[in-house]
Amino acid sequence: MSDHTIEVNINGALELLQVPSNMTLLQMLREKLALTGTKNGCSAGECGSCTVLLNGEPVNSCMVLAVECNQAELLTVEGLSHDGKLDAMQQAMIDKNGVQCGFCTPGILISAKALLDRNPNPSDLEIREALVGNLCRCTGYLRIIEAVKAAAKVWRQ
Amino acid sequence: MINAHPGLPEFDYIRLDTPSEASKFLAEHAGEAVPFLGGTDIFVRMRDGFWKGKYLVDVKGLNGVDQVTFTPTKGLRLGAAVNMNRVIGSSEIQKHYPLLAESARTVASYQLRTRATIVGNLCNASPAGDTTGACMLYDGVLEVHSPGGFRQEPLNAFFLGPGKTTLKPGDIVTAIQFPIPPPDHAGRYLKLNRNKLGDLSIVGVAVLGHPDQRLPSGYRFRIALASVAPVPLIATEAETILSEKRINESSIEQAAEAAMEACTPIDDVRGSARYRKMMVRNLTRQALTEVWERIR
Repeated sequence: MSDHTIEVNINGALELLQVPSNMTLLQMLREKLALTGTKNGCSAGECGSCTVLLNGEPVNSCMVLAVECNQAELLTVEGLSHDGKLDAMQQAMIDKNGVQCGFCTPGILISAKALLDRNPNPSDLEIREALVGNLCRCTGYLRIIEAVKAAAKVWRQ
Repeated sequence: MINAHPGLPEFDYIRLDTPSEASKFLAEHAGEAVPFLGGTDIFVRMRDGFWKGKYLVDVKGLNGVDQVTFTPTKGLRLGAAVNMNRVIGSSEIQKHYPLLAESARTVASYQLRTRATIVGNLCNASPAGDTTGACMLYDGVLEVHSPGGFRQEPLNAFFLGPGKTTLKPGDIVTAIQFPIPPPDHAGRYLKLNRNKLGDLSIVGVAVLGHPDQRLPSGYRFRIALASVAPVPLIATEAETILSEKRINESSIEQAAEAAMEACTPIDDVRGSARYRKMMVRNLTRQALTEVWERIR
């Protein structure tokens, strides 16, 4: 099996990496770069706990090969806060109690950020549609939806 | 111990620059190499041990496969690597091929649709493919590169069985083309899920209708059914009823019955065959009625 050299921009930092053909983006993040905020859930593109932004668009990182990310820009949950300050969606999840066990939270933060980037004023249905690929077994989703709406207000300001 | 989170098995990732190089490689490694677009299906099959090939040949970098082109004289050309979110968001597709955008919107989740492609959905040949019906009703034609050269393959003869198509080793679908759709058409895709959003279909019904003065009824309706036969099914008997008889509640009911009779579903985890047949009748009636309201 062949190795590939790739250059990626992860949360603003350039990384030069050697990755085998069958390494997923998720494995690269967690095992090569120790960015363990991105979680491994179903390994089948259903649960969304491994969601990251690839060139600005959310993907299930378990369903992307690391080698495909050559020259790409990646954003993981570790890249959301700046200078020790949480971003609006992170703060809203705390304020609205959108977190219980927390396993789904990194994926939800990323999906919600992607939604607010493309639509700063989403309806309830648009929020539900955007988060349909992020399963949460604790909260019942209502507080998460409240959090997205609260973050959207801050986002628009 | 069972590993609940298997990595992908070993394979080599290959990216070639031209369709002829990629076709040649795929033909030379028949049975152990496949073209690779979004990977949303093959990754799952690899992890489950159903695909044991040696090479994934990434065709997303080939010239033109990333393009959406619409021209009012020729129609739409959708490159193989264009993802479903781009299809949903394209103003030209929304305007001229609304049934395609509507169908794509029902597929899985946003983040999966960042990777999933229409061409991948078709080549996968799942009877449950949500965008297949729309592609067939818009008379889609695939552009296929093979070691012998280039050919066009109409979708209506493309599907042979679950996961089986007319594609041979070495064939690469680089795009799908659609002619200009019928004027004043309307479409509807109704999908029955276990959940309201993000699930595979238990039954899917796509309907396209438009005025057509050459037909006795004055309208032409086309009906494609998902998840109810080994291949995506066109309900031709039902279509004929609506070409010949005056369109009203009764002829729509007859067409819905004919669609139900045409399908041969199986029992599986998502629903029983009997339930599927009954739902085909209900959803076909509903979709036809909605389309009829919009074009009459």
